[in-house]
Amino acid sequence: MGLLNREEAEALIQEVLEVYPEKAKKDRAKHLMVNDKKLESAKKCITSNRKSVPGVMTQRGCAYAGAKGVVWGPFKDIIDISHGPIGCGQYSRGGRRNYYSGIAGVDSFCDLMFSSDFQEKDIVFGGDKKLAKLIDEVESLFPLSKAISVQSECPIGLIGDDIEAVSKKKAAEIGKTIVPVRCEGFRGVSQSLGHHISNDAIRDWVISNRDGKLDAGTPYDVAILGDYNIGGDAWASRILLEEMGLNVVAQWSGDGTIAEIENTPKAKLNLLHCYRSMNYIARHMEEKYGIPWLEYNFFGPTKIAESLREIASHFDDTIKEGAERVIAKYQPAMDAIIAKFKPRLQGKKVMLYVGGLRPRHTVGAYEDLGMEVVGAGYEFAHNDDYDRTIKELKDATLIYDDATGYELEEFVRQVKPDLVGSGIKEKYAFHKMGVPFRQMHSWDYSGPYHGYDGFAVFARDMDMTVNNPCWSMFKAPWQKPAEEPEAKAA
Amino acid sequence: MAKLRQAAIYGKGGIGKSTTTQNLVAALAEAGQKVMIVGCDPKADSTRLILHSKAQTTVMHLAAEAGSVEDLELEDVMAVGYGGVKCVESGGPEPGVGCAGRGVITAINFLEEEGAYDEDLNFVFYDVLGDVVCGGFAMPIRENKAQEIYIVVSGEMMAMYAANNIAKGIVKYANSGSVRLAGLICNSRKTDREDELIEALAAKLGTQMIHFVPRDNVVQHAEIRRMTVIEYDPKAKQADEYRALAKKIIENKKFVIPKPLEMEELEELLMEFGIMEVEDTSIIGKTAAELAAEAVAA
Repeated sequence: MGLLNREEAEALIQEVLEVYPEKAKKDRAKHLMVNDKKLESAKKCITSNRKSVPGVMTQRGCAYAGAKGVVWGPFKDIIDISHGPIGCGQYSRGGRRNYYSGIAGVDSFCDLMFSSDFQEKDIVFGGDKKLAKLIDEVESLFPLSKAISVQSECPIGLIGDDIEAVSKKKAAEIGKTIVPVRCEGFRGVSQSLGHHISNDAIRDWVISNRDGKLDAGTPYDVAILGDYNIGGDAWASRILLEEMGLNVVAQWSGDGTIAEIENTPKAKLNLLHCYRSMNYIARHMEEKYGIPWLEYNFFGPTKIAESLREIASHFDDTIKEGAERVIAKYQPAMDAIIAKFKPRLQGKKVMLYVGGLRPRHTVGAYEDLGMEVVGAGYEFAHNDDYDRTIKELKDATLIYDDATGYELEEFVRQVKPDLVGSGIKEKYAFHKMGVPFRQMHSWDYSGPYHGYDGFAVFARDMDMTVNNPCWSMFKAPWQKPAEEPEAKAA
Repeated sequence: MAKLRQAAIYGKGGIGKSTTTQNLVAALAEAGQKVMIVGCDPKADSTRLILHSKAQTTVMHLAAEAGSVEDLELEDVMAVGYGGVKCVESGGPEPGVGCAGRGVITAINFLEEEGAYDEDLNFVFYDVLGDVVCGGFAMPIRENKAQEIYIVVSGEMMAMYAANNIAKGIVKYANSGSVRLAGLICNSRKTDREDELIEALAAKLGTQMIHFVPRDNVVQHAEIRRMTVIEYDPKAKQADEYRALAKKIIENKKFVIPKPLEMEELEELLMEFGIMEVEDTSIIGKTAAELAAEAVAA
C-alpha cells in the first residue's frame, strides 16, 4: 500500500474521530493534523499540552514521573527520596535503563529506591519529622552520596508538608545540597510539568552553588543537556564531542553528578538534545550566565554530521577541523552499515508515538536506512515541539498529539506501517495485531542509539524487528487462505 | 431495643458546641439513655466534662504511638465517664501540619470496624470542629453514620452565616444519603430578640429551633471543675434547660432536608432584626478624599 495523500490522511482522521461523542470529537480533532511543511508555526493546526479527554486510553505519566523518573533519576550521586506512600517510588524504580558508571549503593544510587513510606499517621500528623529522620538515615547509610532530592508525591501537596524548611535545615546539618521538588502528580496535564518543575528546582537550589568560585575553564567547554544515557546514549555522544576537541564538563542527567551541574556555568555552549525536558534550564543559563544553547540531533549519520558541523560553527577552526575529522573517520563505517541494511529496509514505513524528542529526532536515522516516517506523535509535547516536527516530516504525514489507544490502533490498522515505534504500553497491542514493534523509550533493552556507535545498533535492531521471520507465522495453518481443500478433493 | 440514633453537632467555632453537647449527653444519661460521644476535632476537648480530664488520649495519637491504627483495640481508645457515657476522641495534628480531616476519617472507620457502635447504645453524638472545611469533617454525616444534625447557633451574625453554610453542606449529603437537619440549638449570647431571630432563621431553613438554651454562669462554674451542670449542680435551673433539650431530642421527629438561604435573603433577615445595617451602596469604592469632597459639595 502506498502513502496516504493529504485528502486520504484527512479522511482517515475524520473517520477515526467519528466514533467519539460530540464533545470528545471536538476536543480530539484539535490534536490531530496532517503535516504541511509550509506552515511557519504549528499553533494554527494542532493543540497540545492540554488535559486528556476522560475515558480514553492515554499514555501519559504525571509530574512526579517527569521529575523523579526523567530529570532527577539519572544523576548518579544524588539520592532521590520519593516522599509519600510507597507505590510511586517502587513502581518508578529502575525501568528506564539510564546507565551510569559507578558502584551501586556506594557512590551511585540510580538502582536504589528511597521512600518515606507514608502511613496513615504521617498523613494525619504530617511527614516533616519523618523526612528529617530519613535524611539522617540516608546520610549515615550512604555517606558518599553527594546530594539529596525530595520528590513530592501527591499527598505532600494535599497536607502541605513544608519540605523546603526540612531541606534547608538538614542541608545545613549534613553539609550537602538537598533539593525539595514540588512535583506532586496531580499538578499539570502530563509528565511535562515535572520536567519544568525539576528544571526550576535545579535553578533555585543547585546551579548557582559555585557562582563566583568557578575557574574560567577552557574555550572548548560544553555541556550535554537532555541526554539520559538510555542504553549508553550519552557516552556514544560524548566521545564524538571529545574527539572533535571539545571538553564536556557536564552530562544532564544521564551518568551525571551534582558537581557537573554546578560546573555547567563554565560551559561556552550548552548542547541540548531533549529540548522538551531541559529547554527551561538552558534558557535560564543563557539569561543568567550568557551561555548560548544549541539543539542537536545525534540519530543517524546525516543528522550527526549536520549537528557536528553546527556545533563546530560556534568554535574556532581547530574544532571545525575536528568535526570534519570525526565525520570522515566514521563515514566509511556508516556507509557500510547503510550498504548492509538499506536494501533490507528500503521503503519500509514507520509510525512513531513517543515522548520528548524522538518523534522528530529519529526521522533522519530512519531516512538514512531508506525508511519513511508516515506518522508521528508525542505524549506530552508543547506547540514548540510541533513547530520543530512539521519541518522534519514529509507533507501529508499524520501527526497526533496525546493520541488515544483507539486512535493509534486505528491509524496503524489503516496506514499499515511496517514498523511501529512506541512505548511498553503499546507494544503488546501491536504485537497482537502482527505489526513489528520497537519500544522506543528505553530502546527495547538495546541501545545506545545516539551517535555513530548508536546508529550501528539502531540499524541492526530495526532490521531484526522488521524482517523477523515471526511476522509471517502469525496466521495459524487453518486460518490461511484455503487452497488445500481443492487439492484434497482432486 | 430501640434503634441506635446517631447525631452530629455542628456550628461556628467557639459557639459552645462541646459544652452544649456534653451537658445534653449528661442529661440523656441521667434519663437512662446509653450514649457515646465521638469528638471529631484535633483539639480533643469534646469529652473533658464527662471524663473530668484535661484531654482524652486520642485514637490518632495512640495509633501513631502503636505504629498504625490496626494495632489498637477498642478499649485502648474508649473511656467511660459520668453516667456511663462512652467517650472517644479522634484527635489529630497540632495546628498547621498534616491533615486533621484524614484523622477523623481514620478514627471513625476504626470505631466502625472495631464494633464501637454496639447494640446497647441509644445515641452516638459526633462533636465536629467548627466548619465543614473538607471531606474529612463531613465524614460523620456520610452514608450510615449520623442521620440527624443539630446546629448550635446564636443571634450573632457570623454564627448564623456559619449555620447557613452548614445547611448547604447537609443538602449535598442529604440528597445522596439519609442525613437530615434535625434542628437549631440556640446557645444564647443575649443578643436582642435572639429567640425570635433564630425561630425565623429556622423557619426559613425549613427546620425548628429545638431549644433556646439561656446564658447562665453556672455553666462556666461547672466547666472550670471539668464537669457538666447536670453533674455539678443537678438542682440548677440551667440543668433543667439541658434536660428539656434532651427530652425534645429524644422525642424529635422533625428531620428535614434544609433549604439554605441565599446570601441576600440571610442579610435581609439580619437587617430586619437590626443586626445588620442597611447597606449604603453609594459609598462603595470611594476613597476618604472623594467622600470628603462630596460632603463639602453637599
